[in-house]
Amino acid sequence: MAAPVVVFAIGNPSRGDDAIGPELAARLAAAALPDVEVIVDFQLQIEHALDLEDRRLAVFVDAAVDAAPPYELRPVRACRDSSHTTHALSPAAVLETFERCTGQAAPPAWTLAVRGEHFELGAALSAVARANLEAAWPRLVELGQA
Amino acid sequence: MTDASELETARAPGLKRVVIETLTRVEGHGKVTLLLDEGGHVRQARLHIVEFRGFEKFVQGRPYWEVPVMVQRLCGICPVSHHLAASKAMDQIVGVTALTPTALKVRRLMHYGQILQSHALHFFHLSSPDLLFGFDSDVTRRNIVGVAAAHPELARRGVLLRKFGQEVIRVTAGKRIHGTGSVPGGVNRSVPPAERKILRAECGRITEWSREAVHLVRRLFEQNLEEYRAFGSFPAHSLSMVRADGAMDLYHGGLRARTAAGGTLFDHVDYSSYWEQILEVVKPWSYMKFPFLLELGPEDGWYRVGPLTRVTSCDFIPSPLAEQERRDFLCFDDGSAARATLGFHWARMIEMLHAAEVIEGLLDDDDISGDELMAYGERQARGVGVIEAPRGTLIHHYRVDERDQVVRANLIVSTTHNNEAMNRAIREVALRYLDGRTLTEGLLNHIEVAVRAFDPCLSCATHALGKMPLAVELVDADGTLIGALRRG
Repeated sequence: MAAPVVVFAIGNPSRGDDAIGPELAARLAAAALPDVEVIVDFQLQIEHALDLEDRRLAVFVDAAVDAAPPYELRPVRACRDSSHTTHALSPAAVLETFERCTGQAAPPAWTLAVRGEHFELGAALSAVARANLEAAWPRLVELGQA
Repeated sequence: MTDASELETARAPGLKRVVIETLTRVEGHGKVTLLLDEGGHVRQARLHIVEFRGFEKFVQGRPYWEVPVMVQRLCGICPVSHHLAASKAMDQIVGVTALTPTALKVRRLMHYGQILQSHALHFFHLSSPDLLFGFDSDVTRRNIVGVAAAHPELARRGVLLRKFGQEVIRVTAGKRIHGTGSVPGGVNRSVPPAERKILRAECGRITEWSREAVHLVRRLFEQNLEEYRAFGSFPAHSLSMVRADGAMDLYHGGLRARTAAGGTLFDHVDYSSYWEQILEVVKPWSYMKFPFLLELGPEDGWYRVGPLTRVTSCDFIPSPLAEQERRDFLCFDDGSAARATLGFHWARMIEMLHAAEVIEGLLDDDDISGDELMAYGERQARGVGVIEAPRGTLIHHYRVDERDQVVRANLIVSTTHNNEAMNRAIREVALRYLDGRTLTEGLLNHIEVAVRAFDPCLSCATHALGKMPLAVELVDADGTLIGALRRG
């Protein structure tokens, strides 16, 4: 049976602040919250829609260049947005794909957008991003226990 | 073929430039510059992409056994291809010339799972919106959500095909992403019988859906024959890997190059010395290298790789359903689809069907559950691994010192092989659809459709939220912005 809460952590750990998502995912996995399943990937894709089945809540964790520091918690709804910009889908489009493919309503969902600044290949997480990550962590735990 | 040097704006200051910044639905960032002459005609197209040079530096100093895992961070779309190409190179480093049957078949299964999921993603997510809604349709409709709304069953199949491929990868690589299954000299796990049984139960519908996808592309060609036949098409030389008997083999083989006229330049060449056949040049306006066939020289030696090349260059496909589809494809309209840029989509679906058949066969093979996982040999200093990745030939080349550290790396990815071919496709489209000095959504749409046929992967860009705008700029020869179009 699926865990009630699914957390999608998005990012490439070898690209500076893009590692925010995977770092938070590792922490969450170590915390072993009983109701949470953590899924880590470079980017969201169509098959992630299937990971929404039988969930009470979905949380998308990602580095963001347009979030106010340290982080923003944004509600996200299934939407025909224009996330056609890369091979990656937006959280809203994943929810929409789920609804279209299953005919069911997508679970309530949030995006935890943690401010990142630098995304160079091979770079470590910046000090600013690490501070933002620390600020976001308690909020992520709260969501996992909601 | 045209001499590229005669088209450089640097040598023709009267040319105007049209810049299309950040292509949509290709991996990462791209920018297109169209160079116009005084009469407003397109003289040259340039696709600018940030390339993987940084990564080649990134692996230097790392122990060789880490590399097959590290290189997966190159790309969120085809990490398995890099994982396997690096593993093949490291097989040479550890002196292994023949893997155990279990290791070879587990790797092949992993690779064909990757082919299937990547091709499914490309067709059902990236290209079918163009093909099903038309190249001029509303851009917000031309995405996977639009497909899901109008064709829910098709969208569902796309998701499930991709998921199946990901599951094949998970059971062979250990994880859906960042797997560690392939190691220098072999693999570190075989496929448990219980996992085989679960996957095998799905093979019937996966093969059937793949076959129906081939037929869907055929119907699209039949319905739009005039446009599809000519769209962005041009003659090109080709490069691919084939098995010793000439069959399609996406995991291993020798290099085959054919001229645009169909002649053979070389065949069954050992890829361990690829540089005797392929060289690369750099150009001041692009981060991306320009590979060429040495025998033909840098101006005329550019070539095309990928599904269209593989399906048309092999002598046969060694699985019955895909082979029948290959024959039908080659015969269609006197071979026009096999020459068309949009023929990439048809060829891609034939390969997806082939992958489904190969996966089914491997899942029936008890060797994939065997326990002889590793082979051993005498340590070497240089290793080259080549694989036919979803988008085309992928070359990994490493030198390792006596302390086991990588001291040199060279990667030629399929998007780089196709560099000049993509420029040609864009130019052909722009010649037809650019109307004087006016940038239109229609032109942008058509250029994107041409680029997407190649499925370029520009994954060195990051994917943080909010980083992917689309802008089109029209810049005159003196640098003045005279028009702009923005999307996203």
